[in-house]
Amino acid sequence: MTYIGQPVKRVDGYDKVTGKAKYAAEFNVPGLTYGYVVSGTIAKGKITRIDSSRALAVPGVIQVFTHENRPHTAWFDINYKDLDAPPGSPFRPLHDAQIKYSGQPVALVVAETFEVARYAASLVVVEYNEEAHETSLEANLDEARDPKSGMADLLKPKPPKPRGHADKALAAAPVSVQTHHVHGPQHHNPMEMFGTTVVYDGEQKKGKPHFTIYDKTQGAPSSQLYVKQIFGFSSDQVRVISPYVGGGFGSGLRPQYQLFLAVMAAKELKRSVRVTLTRQQMFTFGHRPETVQDVALGASADGTITALKHRAVGATSQFEDYTEVVVNWSGMLYDVPDTTLEYQITPLDLYSPLDMRAPGGVTGDHAIETAMDALAYELKMDPVELRLKNYSEKDWTVGDKPYSSKELRECFRQGAERFGWENRNPEPRATKRGNVLVGWGMATGIWDANTLPARAEAVLTVNGKLRVSSATADIGTGTYTIMTQIAADTLGMPIDDVIFKLGDTDMPLAPFQGGSFTAATIGSAVKQVCTDLGKKLFKLAQKSKGSPFYDADYDEVRFADGHMRLKKDPSVTMPLIDMVALNGGRSVSETSTSIVNPLKTSNYSRHTHSAAFVEVEVDEDLGTVTVTRAVSAIAAGRILNPRTARSQIIGGMVWGISSALQEDSKMDHRYGRFMNHNLAEYHVPVNADIHDLDVIFVEEHDEIVNPLGVKGLGEIGLVAMPAAIANAVWHATGKRIYDLPITLDRVLY
Amino acid sequence: MSVKTLTPPAVQLAAKADTRGPARPMPKPGMVTFRINGESKTLSIAPWTTLLDALREYANLTGTKKGCDHGQCGACTVLVNGTRINSCLTLAVMHDDHEITTIEGLANEGGLHPLQTAFINHDAFQCGYCTPGQICSAVGLMNEGQAKTEADVRELMSGNICRCGAYPHIVDAVMEAIKK
Ligand code: FES
Ligand code: FES
Repeated sequence: MTYIGQPVKRVDGYDKVTGKAKYAAEFNVPGLTYGYVVSGTIAKGKITRIDSSRALAVPGVIQVFTHENRPHTAWFDINYKDLDAPPGSPFRPLHDAQIKYSGQPVALVVAETFEVARYAASLVVVEYNEEAHETSLEANLDEARDPKSGMADLLKPKPPKPRGHADKALAAAPVSVQTHHVHGPQHHNPMEMFGTTVVYDGEQKKGKPHFTIYDKTQGAPSSQLYVKQIFGFSSDQVRVISPYVGGGFGSGLRPQYQLFLAVMAAKELKRSVRVTLTRQQMFTFGHRPETVQDVALGASADGTITALKHRAVGATSQFEDYTEVVVNWSGMLYDVPDTTLEYQITPLDLYSPLDMRAPGGVTGDHAIETAMDALAYELKMDPVELRLKNYSEKDWTVGDKPYSSKELRECFRQGAERFGWENRNPEPRATKRGNVLVGWGMATGIWDANTLPARAEAVLTVNGKLRVSSATADIGTGTYTIMTQIAADTLGMPIDDVIFKLGDTDMPLAPFQGGSFTAATIGSAVKQVCTDLGKKLFKLAQKSKGSPFYDADYDEVRFADGHMRLKKDPSVTMPLIDMVALNGGRSVSETSTSIVNPLKTSNYSRHTHSAAFVEVEVDEDLGTVTVTRAVSAIAAGRILNPRTARSQIIGGMVWGISSALQEDSKMDHRYGRFMNHNLAEYHVPVNADIHDLDVIFVEEHDEIVNPLGVKGLGEIGLVAMPAAIANAVWHATGKRIYDLPITLDRVLY
Repeated sequence: MSVKTLTPPAVQLAAKADTRGPARPMPKPGMVTFRINGESKTLSIAPWTTLLDALREYANLTGTKKGCDHGQCGACTVLVNGTRINSCLTLAVMHDDHEITTIEGLANEGGLHPLQTAFINHDAFQCGYCTPGQICSAVGLMNEGQAKTEADVRELMSGNICRCGAYPHIVDAVMEAIKK
């Protein structure tokens, strides 16, 4: 039996439908105390007075922490840098009287119950000296500058240098389009609010305190490192556990301030502490930045693109240079001789932005792919035709490297066929259904296919089961399930005898979950460690007395049905459980590190691709847009589990609809604060907003990316959707709306 | 270029003087008895405790989730006397003697509730955080007996947000359970 490629049901499904799956704020321990955060109300300035006396007078309140009585923490910036910190000086909660952004935590009230902490928090009085703030990107575009360089450039390369003369080529082009795009900020808003339960385990080794920390994070090791550096703990003093994460979408890539506050309070009070943020406070750390973009395309009459310009300016904070890859994608998709790609940032009095699902990719893709649609119409060419005409066979942005695999043509073909694209009338406003206008649009998507180094452990337990672990996360993507499949296949075990564990710093080190690299990264580590364990088991069997494998080489055996067998004579066999006996009745374990061969991968550009086809209905009387159906054709290498993979792509498509039509964090610039900071006013789709969504996985073989041929699916379902929807809205109405989201006011006026 | 910043009046007021007087006396805990998942449970709870917090923090039933605490997301949906409600919008003391069913109480000796099975089979979740609320809401929906078509299910399940976007699969799972 092979499991890879099968629609295996989620191994964590039972826990999730019965309420047994525990998230960070759900580990209840005796004597638990509750912290409630007091949020600042100004965008910039200084705290002049902070009065906790009335809060402290409330029975049940244990302590109120502010910048004035905060316990000592590390001094240097470097100690506050987490594994995903952009260049700059990270925000330090309760550090001093400075206010850097609206909603900044200014106090933590700790009490015996949640209700008392919440009430007492309302009694803390904070007075400020307010200074003028700048929160508008559009008003500060001329402050844009190049971002500082740093480690972030490794995963987020800067745009390539311009090549040729894009301006000249543009002027000479017989057909051209220019577009301007403004995207508002967005907040991740995973369903689970950020929370941390710190269990104070008392003093252990050498009288040092020990803490077990249940944190909402996309990387337990990152949280552990963060608190170690700041509070001066050694590794054996803090264990971070995160078995289930109620959605991340990037928000858990950096440790958030509730972790700092909960650990600070637990350490100081020698008590267990839980701090959970409110939904309003979920708008006070990290967001997808507001971005302004300009695209210009020039083409010859036959549709060959001769000039490409794409410029983006994103907002960042005053303390860190957060960056995204926004414009590079245009160069990857279209290999145009005269191209200029530019990216800059503008610091504002906001918290640092934070990678949010398909960061930069979905932003830039919307700009280039709506511009492409406009160009297609100018050229009187079918939008798919135009993309095929300018199909890139190599990626010039990284030095003319070929793609390790690129089945985008098949995405166009299969997606168009499933959708019925050939029946499209090229003219806008040409189709009506009752009193609504109907439009069809399409777009191309692209995302990275990275594989990072990671470690994993595999254990053949005394009762003959296989237990594999790695300190990665499963934010809902299906990591538990696909890793179980890979482990079962590698050692030929029935899937019910295999268990995969994650989210614990006692496990071997893994990078955080993000960037669509987890399936490839942890999958490679799991395959590696199971292979290595297999070798170990083979040696054990070979050494045993009268072994039937005495003369055999490792290459001559295979693992299947819980047995090791000789390939050439399958009757020569040994059950894996017997190897435990050969090991003196002890379990057999192995730990390995997987590293992809850079010599092999670095000669290629490695990406996933997609084509999205969308139908919308637009009601011009009401300004409403409905995505009635959509097809996404995805080329993402090998699909490990079509069931969980489909869910991931559908989730991405829902995010695309959300991004195109609903999501927008509205800033009141007078206050420098996000106004719609709750789930009633920050719109995300509900069930009634979602209609017919279809997913096609195009066959794609890739021997370069990693030994599994896996590319990752977290972002690619989202990337092309907003542009496809915007193009469909134009096709329905004849109106080009280049800003997002396409809300009814933009449709009506 | 710079934008003129207006000082928000509300902030100025708050900064000037605190006129709210001394802290109010603390509400006293009282005994509340509900039947939770078929078992009688008595908790000592202050009247300002929501049903949601009573379940999660006092009864150690963490299967019911908190996604907003404001009645805006549906993650906290439970059944009270068979009717689906947002447990964050109601106080625990209002439910003395009520029959409360949470996600932990849906399966029985016979195994999972048909909706739980359908959710697994249709992969109707990713992170699983909205799932208990979705399932309880769907049980309530079936009790109401008003959903017949997919469109009905979409509309009547729209009080439960799923940020992972599992909606099409949720509809499939609920339709399967309704048809059975
Ligand atoms: S937590 Fe009750 S509706 Fe969101
Ligand atoms: S499964 Fe994650 S929010 Fe619904």
